[in-house]
Amino acid sequence: MKKQIHDFQIIANRRVNEEYFVLSLSGNRQLPEIKPGQFVQVRVDNAPNTFLRRPFSVYDVDYKKNILYLLIQIVGEGTRILSELKKGEILNLIYPLGNSFSLPDGEKALLIGGGVGVAPLMLLGRWLKEQKKEPVFLFGFRNYGLLVDIDLFTGFGKVHIATDDGSTGEKGLVTQHSFLRKVTGDISMVYTCGPDVMMKAVALWAEKKDIPCEASLENTMACGFGACLCCAQETVHGILHVCTDGPVFNTKELIWQI
Amino acid sequence: MADISVHIGDLHLKNPVAAASGCFGYGTEYEDFIDLGKLGAIFVKGITGSKREGNPSPRMVETSSGMLNSVGLQNKGIDYFISDIYPEIQHYNTHIIVNVSGSTIEEYVMVAEKLNDLEKIPAIELNISCPNVKEGGMMFGTHCPSAIEVTTAVRKVYHKTLIVKLSPNVTSISEFARAVEGAGADAVSLINTLLGMAIDAETQEPVLATVTGGLSGPAIKPVALRMVWEVYNSVKIPVIGIGGIMNATDAIEFMLAGATAVQIGTANFIDPRVTVKVINGIEDYLVKKDITDVNDLVGALKIPGQL
Repeated sequence: MKKQIHDFQIIANRRVNEEYFVLSLSGNRQLPEIKPGQFVQVRVDNAPNTFLRRPFSVYDVDYKKNILYLLIQIVGEGTRILSELKKGEILNLIYPLGNSFSLPDGEKALLIGGGVGVAPLMLLGRWLKEQKKEPVFLFGFRNYGLLVDIDLFTGFGKVHIATDDGSTGEKGLVTQHSFLRKVTGDISMVYTCGPDVMMKAVALWAEKKDIPCEASLENTMACGFGACLCCAQETVHGILHVCTDGPVFNTKELIWQI
Repeated sequence: MADISVHIGDLHLKNPVAAASGCFGYGTEYEDFIDLGKLGAIFVKGITGSKREGNPSPRMVETSSGMLNSVGLQNKGIDYFISDIYPEIQHYNTHIIVNVSGSTIEEYVMVAEKLNDLEKIPAIELNISCPNVKEGGMMFGTHCPSAIEVTTAVRKVYHKTLIVKLSPNVTSISEFARAVEGAGADAVSLINTLLGMAIDAETQEPVLATVTGGLSGPAIKPVALRMVWEVYNSVKIPVIGIGGIMNATDAIEFMLAGATAVQIGTANFIDPRVTVKVINGIEDYLVKKDITDVNDLVGALKIPGQL
């Protein structure tokens, strides 16, 4: 898919919780096909201390309404400025970037997300359902207040939740969730996105169960399209780049740095 | 319509705007965004004698008006370039200039010798200023006798346009410019990145895996302008200006300081179409100022009180 650079208009800026918000973006032209796992590079205007673009996974796409959705967590000045954007304001995007998740062999797939890492799992869940697969979600959040659009995810499959403080779902890490203990041979693929420690633990669990696992990684990147070579990821094939070789990797190829 | 073509040694550039090495891959990364044929030249990613994996992650950190990187010359080596990359890019309707790096003089010479035989590569840029490799690289660019030695050795085997990329991490960059001019360089390009570092106060650790890295972006533009101006006043060979150019005005400032051409680096990451915008902006400026030849801008800085 040809990479593009365009201005989008903000259709809505919806606050999801204390830390997260969803931008609904619409451009003048029809959106190209955006695959689950792909990302965009957003230019943050009027932000004196924000020099580079910010990469975000595509949260969801509505081709009929021609709207692209981004789920963003406020972590620094750039994302704070984005969180304050109003309907009608303009955002410049480079997209679609990176590779995408692959289709599972069997029917049932487990999508494990932590925090804002649930972002690419929405579009993935939608796609899997469209492909007549059966996605099941397992999400970890710090607490009840940081839950993200559970009702929307539920539209694609069952959602299991773990929270650090037990304020909803099971208390503890996603990898300690009782659902994982009940998993038998019916899950044909695990997809994960979230903090590295979580993804590494998920990858180890999947490996033990002999289930293929794909992880969507994050890394500091300047360009997002393979020119700067900053987002280096160590793999069994040597150093690869998260922006063009990823962001989705088969976890068996990864050499975790943690 | 003003004439915007310039000469770097024997090399004729259709306009003074080139993409900087290390920021433009091999050009292919930008094909979706711009017509590469519009550029004056493309300085492709640094190439070494053999494959280099580059440095561990994190390799990059954003800083005020710029970024630090420690990529470390990741590339697959000269033989891979000749067999796999060159055939894919030689049709570009612009000059492809290869940035050459190494750890030893022999390595520089070997790479330059091989590139000399490639018909569609009319020039090389000798990178004696990469701050992100343990051996060689900047060592040649910060020690004057070494800069002379490597330039002389490459000059002997390389018969096309030889550009030497200078390091700003020296006390007197003019001294190095004069030295490589004397050793046979046809042009100098400057500046490479400024050595810098970033620290995370929370973890009390350096942000980059290599501790230090090279600073680029608008943060370094005033330093780069000053160095271009100093070097322009010290040598007879053409100067190619590099350092934080984000738009046409920045490029024009470099030309006024003495640059015959400019390279755009970091700005490409934020706007992959910036090079073409700068070319258009220079044309607009010439029309507005009623200048018919872009070369009239080179070194045209007017210092009040000086004739």
